Amino acid sequence: MAIPVYAGPLERVWYYLYRFICGCIFLFLILPILVIIPLSFNAEPYFTFTPEMLSFDSAGYSMRWYQDMVNNEQWLHALKNSFIIGICSTLLATTLGTVAALGLSRAELPYKGLIMGLLLSPMIVPLIITAAAMFFFYSAPFGISEIALAKTYLGVILAHAALGTPFVVITVTATLVGFDRNLIRAANNMGADNVTTFFKVIMPLILPGVISGALFAFVTSFDEVVVVLFMAGFEQRTIPRQMWSGIREQISPTILAVATLLVLISTILLATMEILRRRSDRLRGIKN
Amino acid sequence: MKTLLKSVSMAALGFAMLGTAGTASAETLTIVSWGGAYTKSQVEAYHKPWIAKTGDTINSEDYNGGLAEVRAQVEAGNVTWDLVDFELSDAVRGCDEGILEILPINELPAGDDGTPAVEDFISGTLHECSVGEIVWSTVYAYDTTKLSSAPTTIADFFNLQDFPGKRGMRKTPKANLEMALMADGVPADEVYETLSTQAGVERAFAKLDTIKDETIWWEAGAQPPQLLADGEVVMTTAYNGRLFNAIVTEGKPFEIVWDGQVWDIDLWAIPKGAPNKDRAWEFIKFATDTTRLADQSNYISYGPVRKSSFAKVTPEMQPHMPTAPDNFKNPLQNDFEFWADYGDELNERFNAWLAS
Amino acid sequence: MVDAAAPSSAPTASSTRDLVTADGTPLKVALARATRLSKLRAFLLVAPLLLFILVSFIFPIVQMLWRSIDNPEVTDAIPRTAALLEDWNGEDLPSEQVYAALIEEISADGMRQEIGRMGARLNYEDGGFRSLINKTQRGAGEISESPIQYAMIGFDEAWEKQDTWAELDALAESPGFAAAFPATAEKLRAWETGNSPFAEKTPGADVYETLFEELSGSGNSTDIAQVVSLLGGTDNPIADLIQRTAANAAEIKDRPLRFALGGVDKDWNDTATWKVIKAVSPPVTMSYYLNALDRTYDANGNIVMQPEWKQIYVDLFLKTIYVSLGVTLCCIVLAYPIAHLLAILPAKHSNLLLILVLLPFWTSLLVRTTSWIVLLQSQGVVNDVLFFLGIVTDESRLQLIYNMTGTVIAMTHILLPFMVLPLYSVMKTISPSYLRAARSLGANPLVAFVRVYVPQTVPGIGAGSILVFILAIGYYITPALVGGQDGQLISNFIAYHMQRSLNWGMAAALGTVLLAGVLAMYWLYDRLVGIDNMKLG
Repeated sequence: MAIPVYAGPLERVWYYLYRFICGCIFLFLILPILVIIPLSFNAEPYFTFTPEMLSFDSAGYSMRWYQDMVNNEQWLHALKNSFIIGICSTLLATTLGTVAALGLSRAELPYKGLIMGLLLSPMIVPLIITAAAMFFFYSAPFGISEIALAKTYLGVILAHAALGTPFVVITVTATLVGFDRNLIRAANNMGADNVTTFFKVIMPLILPGVISGALFAFVTSFDEVVVVLFMAGFEQRTIPRQMWSGIREQISPTILAVATLLVLISTILLATMEILRRRSDRLRGIKN
Repeated sequence: MKTLLKSVSMAALGFAMLGTAGTASAETLTIVSWGGAYTKSQVEAYHKPWIAKTGDTINSEDYNGGLAEVRAQVEAGNVTWDLVDFELSDAVRGCDEGILEILPINELPAGDDGTPAVEDFISGTLHECSVGEIVWSTVYAYDTTKLSSAPTTIADFFNLQDFPGKRGMRKTPKANLEMALMADGVPADEVYETLSTQAGVERAFAKLDTIKDETIWWEAGAQPPQLLADGEVVMTTAYNGRLFNAIVTEGKPFEIVWDGQVWDIDLWAIPKGAPNKDRAWEFIKFATDTTRLADQSNYISYGPVRKSSFAKVTPEMQPHMPTAPDNFKNPLQNDFEFWADYGDELNERFNAWLAS
Repeated sequence: MVDAAAPSSAPTASSTRDLVTADGTPLKVALARATRLSKLRAFLLVAPLLLFILVSFIFPIVQMLWRSIDNPEVTDAIPRTAALLEDWNGEDLPSEQVYAALIEEISADGMRQEIGRMGARLNYEDGGFRSLINKTQRGAGEISESPIQYAMIGFDEAWEKQDTWAELDALAESPGFAAAFPATAEKLRAWETGNSPFAEKTPGADVYETLFEELSGSGNSTDIAQVVSLLGGTDNPIADLIQRTAANAAEIKDRPLRFALGGVDKDWNDTATWKVIKAVSPPVTMSYYLNALDRTYDANGNIVMQPEWKQIYVDLFLKTIYVSLGVTLCCIVLAYPIAHLLAILPAKHSNLLLILVLLPFWTSLLVRTTSWIVLLQSQGVVNDVLFFLGIVTDESRLQLIYNMTGTVIAMTHILLPFMVLPLYSVMKTISPSYLRAARSLGANPLVAFVRVYVPQTVPGIGAGSILVFILAIGYYITPALVGGQDGQLISNFIAYHMQRSLNWGMAAALGTVLLAGVLAMYWLYDRLVGIDNMKLG
């Protein structure tokens, strides 16, 4: 929006001042994320800019923390865990969440408010309470310690799936709001059974919602540390868990290298999300 | 879609099996210690030779001391740690509470000079549930480039007038209350007597109050050298081995003040119901023999607990040991009985004090 | 109502009777069946997730909250003692039967863990209980082997001293002593003492019992007087000890276990100790909730304030609320201008700027927290810049982290996108023509903005604020990493009780209070915004 022609001098000053303020706030948002990228190339084992770095002396920069990360089995193991747990819990959350969203979008569903509240509760309850509760439950489900799931992959996956489902439910329900149910009747009329209808008619239309829900579920798991802190054993350490001990226990700039990597991953996820959103808008005929 | 579903169910099945298989294997030991330079020294001196000898896998986990995590595992009925490196007071209390395995101490190997183990270990380092490993010490150190005059006594740590700047202290009452009293003029041998009275506790907290606003609290042993190096603090308490590592190995300009050091021992113990407790006991017997104990002191400046290991500590390491005569002038031994009995109350009090 | 329904239902029924489906079922029935079927079908779709959430999420939470009133420790460890204490009047010391039950139960083999748990539980009520229980556990086994010996020691600890017995042993050779206490003299003569460091310092239980028998025997006052004079009169502490023990012998004999336990710790002779045990015996308790509100039961069961140094939780709850409000306010102040800018810019530009909001939103929490540590530490980037600009000197570098400032800054940054996005979506729907209309009607820009634009954004502010507040009030990671000592919030104390102090009941009580607050806010959010309108990204 350009300055209106009728604007007075005061308004002109305000116009630029306002933009300056906004610039500062954007800087506040993005700077902390950018600042770690150069620091991860620090040649010294500390978290600050060294004089060599500030004078752009190449001796001040190095790849040693990246090498450290790649050579460190714990980080690699954690990265693998993060993806395994993230992908499995996302698949579980997406399947359950999508099916439930189909049910929720039907007007006939009784006690809809109550059910919705229960299904979204994992998003509402503070994580520390969730983590504590799951620690007790998974250590000895229903008092039977033989089927303990704490400190197993399955336990962490189930826990993360529970945390991820509300996002799938929300995004898929949202795409179903404008869904024309006559399409289903039409498909049935033409002889398609329920399964065919689901995959050929419903799925393509709600797919953007399903995928963005899945992405949210994945990020929830990929970024989650409190439940992992309480429930996961050494074997199931994820990247955030490893960073947590990195910050609290063995401080090394390797975490900055990992952090840079994570920023890269989140940029990719964000881009995917944006492409999906545009595609979804196009499909549903919403003009930008 | 079909293939996707198939792979999902395969993956789920795989993990379900992983979950149980992880604990069934007898050849994977989970050994828990204090992280950083200390764990590294144990890896070099104990883990690597053990792996070479047996072919076991060792998961090396870090913790910050205390009984809580072991107690949580035992109480929740899901023990995953095989072997834990404890401070003495925690090892004794864990044994009292029945959350540690009772060990057949008489199976420990004799010293390499033939002395039976019970006589070879220095007194107070063998217990019903735990076997001693090292002598270590809580001391304080300062950054020589940040202070114009050098502090020399424990009282200087609490002296903000002459030595201004941030302090670092461990986030626990243990050793801090003792140091506060010594700095307040209580002789080392009267510290615990004083501390077992209400007035003594008040006095110690009052002394800590004088530097509370200037103090940054650390939890992991690796933190204090980092705080000093980053310039977050000008002086901090720390485990002497971590400081040794920063000063000698990394060449940092730090100086240790040994006055008022609080020394303690670390011991191995096995949580009750540990998945591989027999293997863990084999490891303890292996790792606490004369050679292994002496070897650890090559990597970090903590003293061995076997008399037969003393002679094998290299001359270069001798002056860095907490027990070296120059360092051992005003020491206080951590009273494990005192902390086993009063630890809970003082911890609660300390945390309330921190929060207020 | 009933009267009215009866006549009117008849014609309705008759009129629909004619309408049937192809197979002859009345339409009404078929419709009802179809509705039921479609209800069921909808429910079946929801059922798998609902079941999953109920089992793996709701049930664990209810189970954990139950811990805030669950109180099994004492009855698990010492069931008989607890049952006996129920009938105790609370005024005099409990009966000898109670002492016997306690000694037996506390020294039972294989109960170490239960006893340890009970010690921890009692310790929450009154510091010092854990060491009392541990001490008693160690001593109780010996007491039940020789109650009289420990009763004597409990009566006066001089009976445990080497000196006492050395002097009596020396006396045993004298005929006077042998005449007065023949059996004891004989036993003492048989007792091996000596200078070896391994020799017993005090004699075995049988010697104690024999001596006690002779001290308490009837008509022995002359014998005792004789021994006292042998020892040189009552000025000799041992003579005094013998006289006092004999005088109280009947009482000791009557209640040996009370004296014995009193010897282990004098707290066992204090009714207050027993009152606490009795108070902690019922299967459910409110004391965790009282503690969470800085209150506690006194010895008589009245609710009183905690000692001053323990009063931290009410302040902590208030602090958590203030910090959350502060963070919410900071978020509004920072989010409003940029959300407005995003809303008025053409889509081409605003989409680009939106990425600057979304990237932090998608970036790992740990990464963002790490960044703030790097930026804010005293040798960090912010302080370096300020130093470079000459605003601070090396000595006066600002302490921006490991305190409340660090917590608020980092939390504001992390929660800011949650405020920007709802505000932006509301502002986007506001037509710029309203503002233009206001301007053309003569309002100056500020008045137009405040009176026309801002009121229309209130729903966005409300939605964003509640969302940010709900998230802030339960925050754990960021305060734990950058909060230092005074930047800790209620979640950090829940974690502390979960992981460090292992006072799980307390963690559950604090958690319940927190959860109640969050659910109240959530209910408000649902009323104002509607949970269905929650948008993501």
